[in-house]
Amino acid sequence: MIIEVLTGAIIAGTSVLYATTGELISERAGVINLGTEGSMVSGAMAAFAATAWSGSPWIGLAFGAIAGLLISLIHAFLVIDRKANQLATGLTIMFFGLGLSAFFGRSLVDKQINGFESIDIPLLSQIPFVGRILFTHDVLTYLSYLLVPAVWFFLFRTKWGIILRGAGENEQVVYAYGKSPKLVRYLAVMAGGLLAGVGGAQLSTAFTHTWIEGMTQGRGIIAVALVIFASWLPFRAMLGAYLFGGAYALQLALQGRGVDISQFLLFMLPYVLTLVAMFIVERKQRNMMPLGLKDVFEGGGN
Amino acid sequence: MKKLYLAMVIAAIMLVLSACSNEGSATESSDSSGESAAPGEGSEKVGFIFVGTKDDYGYNQAAYDGSVAVEEAFPDMEILRSENVPETAEAERVMEEMIRNGAKVIFPTSYGHLEPAMNVAERHPDVAFFHQGGLKNAENLGTYFGNIWQAAYLSGVAAGSVSESGNLGYVVSFPIPQVLLNVNAFTLGAQSVNPDATTTVAFTGSWCDPGQQASSVNSLAEQGVDVISQHQDCTKTVIETADRLDIKSVGYHADASTLAPETWVTGAIWNWGDLFVDMTTTAIEGNFKGSEYDGIYRGGLSEGVVELAPFGNQVPDDVKTLVEEEKAAIESGEFHPFAGPIKSQNGDVKIEEGVTPTTDELEAVDYFVEGVIGNISE
Repeated sequence: MIIEVLTGAIIAGTSVLYATTGELISERAGVINLGTEGSMVSGAMAAFAATAWSGSPWIGLAFGAIAGLLISLIHAFLVIDRKANQLATGLTIMFFGLGLSAFFGRSLVDKQINGFESIDIPLLSQIPFVGRILFTHDVLTYLSYLLVPAVWFFLFRTKWGIILRGAGENEQVVYAYGKSPKLVRYLAVMAGGLLAGVGGAQLSTAFTHTWIEGMTQGRGIIAVALVIFASWLPFRAMLGAYLFGGAYALQLALQGRGVDISQFLLFMLPYVLTLVAMFIVERKQRNMMPLGLKDVFEGGGN
Repeated sequence: MKKLYLAMVIAAIMLVLSACSNEGSATESSDSSGESAAPGEGSEKVGFIFVGTKDDYGYNQAAYDGSVAVEEAFPDMEILRSENVPETAEAERVMEEMIRNGAKVIFPTSYGHLEPAMNVAERHPDVAFFHQGGLKNAENLGTYFGNIWQAAYLSGVAAGSVSESGNLGYVVSFPIPQVLLNVNAFTLGAQSVNPDATTTVAFTGSWCDPGQQASSVNSLAEQGVDVISQHQDCTKTVIETADRLDIKSVGYHADASTLAPETWVTGAIWNWGDLFVDMTTTAIEGNFKGSEYDGIYRGGLSEGVVELAPFGNQVPDDVKTLVEEEKAAIESGEFHPFAGPIKSQNGDVKIEEGVTPTTDELEAVDYFVEGVIGNISE
C-alpha cells in the first residue's frame, strides 16, 4: 500500500509540480500570479489540440507551453506595465483562461490522442521499492525530476538567479548588474506561465489523455498555495506537490480497503493537508517571503 | 498575507461554486393573457438545455442524442439547444430566452436545473417542461428518468463473466441513492455468475475530474481489479485509462465502445430518443395534463428508455447469450434483480425473502449490498 500511495502521489502530483515551480519563479521575481490556473488550463487545451492534430505529443507540449506563456504575458503586461493589482488581475486571468480554453476546446472533447505513455526505465525501474515509485512514469514526469534541481541551481547558484531574486527583493541588485527589473519580472512571469502550460500539458496528454473544459479543477490555485507552503524553495515545492498528490492517492487507497471514514473527509484531504501545512509554516515564512511580495500582500496593492 | 488568503479563498469559492448567483433576476412576471392553451400545445420550437458538452461520452451526450431524435421526428420543428448551462439562475435566463423565442416545450436535462425550471414554469403556465431526474413536479412540469440500474445489473452479469479475478471496480462520484443503486445492481449481477465476486468502489468526489478518474483507475488496478465500471458524467478517461492498463471497462450513459473496442465489455446506457419524441408529441397535441408524463415518470428496459450498449470484441458468445437471457427475464417481469433476500455489507437483511421492492423504495437506498468494498459516510 505504501508503494501504491507514493506512486499515486507522483502520478497525481506532477502536473501540480510544474505549475508550482513556475509560480515559484514568478514570485521570486516579485509577481504573484493567480492566473496560473488560467495558464495551466489553456496549456492543457492547446497541448491536447496540437497532439490531436499533429499526432505528436511533443508538438502538443510545445503548444501547451506557448499557450501558458501567452496567458501569463497578459498578466505580466497588466501588473508590470499598467501597475494593476496583482491579485485582482490574477483572478481575472484565471477566468479568462478557463473561458478561452472552454471555447476553443469545444470540438476536442471526444477526440482520442496518442499522448505520452508510461515508460519503465530499464534497470532503474527494477530497483526494489524505489524503482516502482519513481521510474514507471511518462517522460514529462522524468523531466520534472530534472527541472526542480535545475531551477534550484539557477536561482541560488547563478548570476541570473541573483538578478531574478533581486527583482523580487531589492531592485538595486538588478540595477547593479545593469539590468532592468521590469524585463526580469516579465521573463520570470513568462517562465512561470510556460511551466504552468507544461503542467497542463502533462495533465491532458500524459496523465489523462483527455480534454474537457475546466479539467484543471483548481490545481493551478493549489500551486499558488504550495509556493507559500514551500517558503519559495524549489525542493520544498516538490515535496508540497507530492504531498497534494499523495493525499489524493491515500484517499483512494483507504477507500479501496474499506477503511471506515467519511469520504467527504477524504475528498477534503488534499486541501486540508495543504491548509494545515500552510498554517504550520506560516510564521517562519514572513521572513522567507521576497520583499517585493510583501507590498502586494500587505497593502501597496501592486 | 491577509489579502492573499482572501484572494485565494475568493478564487476557491468562485471556482467551486462557479457562479452561485443571486436569486432569479426577476424576469418580467407572467403576462398569462387569459387561461388559454394547454402547456406546450401547438409549439413550433422545442428547447433543450444541457449542463455539459454534447460529446462527453456521457450524461450530456445521451441527452443530446435524445434531442437529435426529436429533431428527426419533427422536421418542421425548430430545436433550440444550449450547452454548458450551469445549475444556477443562469439556467432561468436561458430558459426565459428560449420561451421569448417561441419555445413552448422545454427540456431542462440536468438534475440541478430543477429549481430554475420550477421558477420559470410558474411564470409560464402555457409552457410544458420535462425535467430529467427530478423528484418534484408542478402543474406544467413533469420529470422523467429511467431504471438504469436494470442495465447496470446486466452489465454486472457481463463483467462478472469476463473477470478472471472476480475483483471488480466502480468509479463513482458521491454516495447518493442513484449511485448506490447502480453499484448494488452491478454487484448482484456479477454475483449471479460468480458468487464470490466483489466490487471495490472509488469515490472521486466529482462528476467529471479526469485527473481524479485516472488516479482512481490506477488505484483500482493496484488493488487487483480487472474490470472497472463507472458512474461519472464524462466517461472517456476511465475507459481509456483502463485500456492502457489492459483492464476491461464498462461504460455508462452513452455507448463508448469505439474508444477501446478490445477492452470494452458493455455499458448501461440511455435511449432518450423515443421517450423525448413521445413527450414532445403529447405536449404539442395539448395532452400534457393527465398524461403519464405530467408527474414523475420512470421507464426501464421494457419501455426502451434504458439499454445495454453493444458488447466489446473480446466478449465471448456464451456471455452475450447469458446476458440476453437475463435481459429478457427482466423485461418480461419474471425476474427482479432486487427480489429478496438482499443483504447489506454488514449482513443485515435489507429486503426480506419473497419481497420485491418498489421503484420508490429502490430509489431511497442508503446501503451497499454484501460484496461491495467501500464506505458510505453516515
